[in-house]
Amino acid sequence: MLYLIPALPFFSALLLILGWRTFSRTTVSVIGCGSIGISALITLAQGWQFLQSGHDSMVQHLWTWVQSGSFNAGMDLRLDALSLAFVFVITFVGFLIHVYSTGYMADDADYGRFFACMNLFVGAMLMLVLADNLLLLYLGWEGVGLCSYLLIGFWYKDPANGYAARKAFIVTRVGDTAMAIALFMLFQYTGSLQISSILEKAPGMWTTGHATVVLIAFLLLGGAVGKSAQLPLQTWLPDAMAGPTPVSALIHAATMVTAGVYLVARTNVLFDLAPAAQTAVAVVGAATLLLAGCSALVQKDIKRVLAYSTISQIGYMFLALGVGAWSAAIFHFVTHAFFKALLFMGAGAVIVALHHEQDMFKMGGLRKSLPGVFRVFLIGSASLAALPFITSGFYSKDQIVWLAWSSAKGHTAYWVIALAGAFLTAMYTFRMVFLTFYGSYRGHAAPHTPGSSMMIPLYILAFLSTVAGFVELPHTLGHVTLFSDFLQPILPAVQMLQESTALEWTSQLLAAGLTFLGIYIAWVWVIQQPDGMRRFAEMPFMQWLRGFWYKGWAFDELYNELLVRPFVRTARLNRRDLVDKVYTTLARVTEWCHDALARTQSGLLRWYIMGVLIGAVLILSVLIWRIYI
Amino acid sequence: MMNIHPTTAGMTLAGILFVLGLISILIRRNLIFMLLSVEIMLNAAGLAFIVASSHWAQPDGQVMFMFILAMAAAEVSVGLALILQLFHQLKTLDSDEASRMRG
Repeated sequence: MLYLIPALPFFSALLLILGWRTFSRTTVSVIGCGSIGISALITLAQGWQFLQSGHDSMVQHLWTWVQSGSFNAGMDLRLDALSLAFVFVITFVGFLIHVYSTGYMADDADYGRFFACMNLFVGAMLMLVLADNLLLLYLGWEGVGLCSYLLIGFWYKDPANGYAARKAFIVTRVGDTAMAIALFMLFQYTGSLQISSILEKAPGMWTTGHATVVLIAFLLLGGAVGKSAQLPLQTWLPDAMAGPTPVSALIHAATMVTAGVYLVARTNVLFDLAPAAQTAVAVVGAATLLLAGCSALVQKDIKRVLAYSTISQIGYMFLALGVGAWSAAIFHFVTHAFFKALLFMGAGAVIVALHHEQDMFKMGGLRKSLPGVFRVFLIGSASLAALPFITSGFYSKDQIVWLAWSSAKGHTAYWVIALAGAFLTAMYTFRMVFLTFYGSYRGHAAPHTPGSSMMIPLYILAFLSTVAGFVELPHTLGHVTLFSDFLQPILPAVQMLQESTALEWTSQLLAAGLTFLGIYIAWVWVIQQPDGMRRFAEMPFMQWLRGFWYKGWAFDELYNELLVRPFVRTARLNRRDLVDKVYTTLARVTEWCHDALARTQSGLLRWYIMGVLIGAVLILSVLIWRIYI
Repeated sequence: MMNIHPTTAGMTLAGILFVLGLISILIRRNLIFMLLSVEIMLNAAGLAFIVASSHWAQPDGQVMFMFILAMAAAEVSVGLALILQLFHQLKTLDSDEASRMRG
């Protein structure tokens, strides 16, 4: 029955691709949402069965995909705790986003195409996380990349959207290439692409820190960094917001961008063997979370704030992976999927209510006109900002902050950065909330309330964003470890350097205090002292800094200068195609010979006779010469 | 008078006749004269056959000349017909005018 989970979305995608022009909107909605809904129910049944069975994993062999010599890749699906966590999030959050989309996209002419792509995406993503071998994983990996491209460029009539789609595709391709090389190397050394057999063989093959395994881990990290929009390949995600908002919620917040986290967690044995690569994971995560947090602070577009915040939150997950806190990263993935999907869809509701206005400086005061959206958005924001005790974000992020310090691979610097990130998160989140929902309305269009198909998924996600945190509570607060116990068979427990309740309390109180401080500063900044803050922001240095952060630390300019420009210049040099020159010359010579010969066709009979004569004389001369001399 | 072998003399005459015909076909532009020149060349070849046949005392050469005569008759009739047609078209007998198929 496991195969049905990815098969249903694939099947409905096929159905919609073939028939969306003839189906009515209701049919499209039923097929599009229904398939994901049934998948979600099957996931529940399968998950229950899996938990009852007590096995570490269950594998379903469908058929052999590629068989060549010793190489063997099967269509094998594997369900274990890690993939179950991902499948659960993908199908359930995916289903809610699909239901939401029926409301959000209701007026779109390409309604069917949208659902076809969304279903294809869900299918590919499920393939990615259920794959038993890396080749199948790569199939899903590329599949989600394709769907991401299709959906970012969904409104393809605007060239800017097409550009954003191409940018996302090409930038992630850089990471994908690194990952493909890692796969080749893994096959070369271990003779297999099956994940479990690689992970079994690896410790016996390589000593810790062996150059080969470090290289492989770095290449895998390259793939993960591309897909998860981490430094230095993060530039595509803010532009990916060109797609419809449900796409941003599903692909560019909840699921696809966390594929990198999944990949690193899945191959945790390799990273354990390569301490340098694992440190790089932590450094990348720490740097990204700080960078993206700063950028989120100065954005105007509500979706770009959320995009940078997504980059920053995935940075937390990478930091957790880098310090060996595997289950903490996956826990943060789950809670992040809930509250970020909620925030994106809440932002989508606001955008639709204001007739596709995304600039926060043209919103304001929506607390009164959109009370339902305000409430759920506030719950999501509180979770993102990790408001203590009542939100899931607090429990998942706090765990990462604490482990960044206390884990055997942790470091005080990570801890400080994580705390600074928590402060930034609270600040930019509530800056967004205050700008959007408080103060007075600065726009023109009259807001209209979104329909129930959009609101019900929001309520469900708001509920999940609150309660999802209670499956894993820290030592200091009840000590519940349901989630990490559940992942125990797949992901090793974090090795602690120090276990001091007092220090943990300090860390938590500090994080909570910083959250409140961030919210307070946002309050002062936006509501209480906007003029004072404006004067502060208009100081020359601050203005420069604001512009710099607004552009995402000018990474786009840097890549333009370093890569795009030289490439375009080279392309321009080669505009007349140097290789082609050889062939055009050949053609030119042939043509010239042809002209010369054609000139002998003078049409004058006597010339021809002369030709015959000369030929005859030559032949005779040769013959005579051959015979007599 | 030097003592010249009759075969050599005959062959020389045939050669002179052939070259005469060849030169006249090259320098003449009138189609009738070109046809005549072809005839001269044919007859030069025929003379060479007869001389050779008398040299070897074999009849084959003379048989060959019969064939050449028959072929020349056919060739002249076809040639004259072509010249007539050409004259109808071009109103001239200049062979250089008939150069419409130049490359």
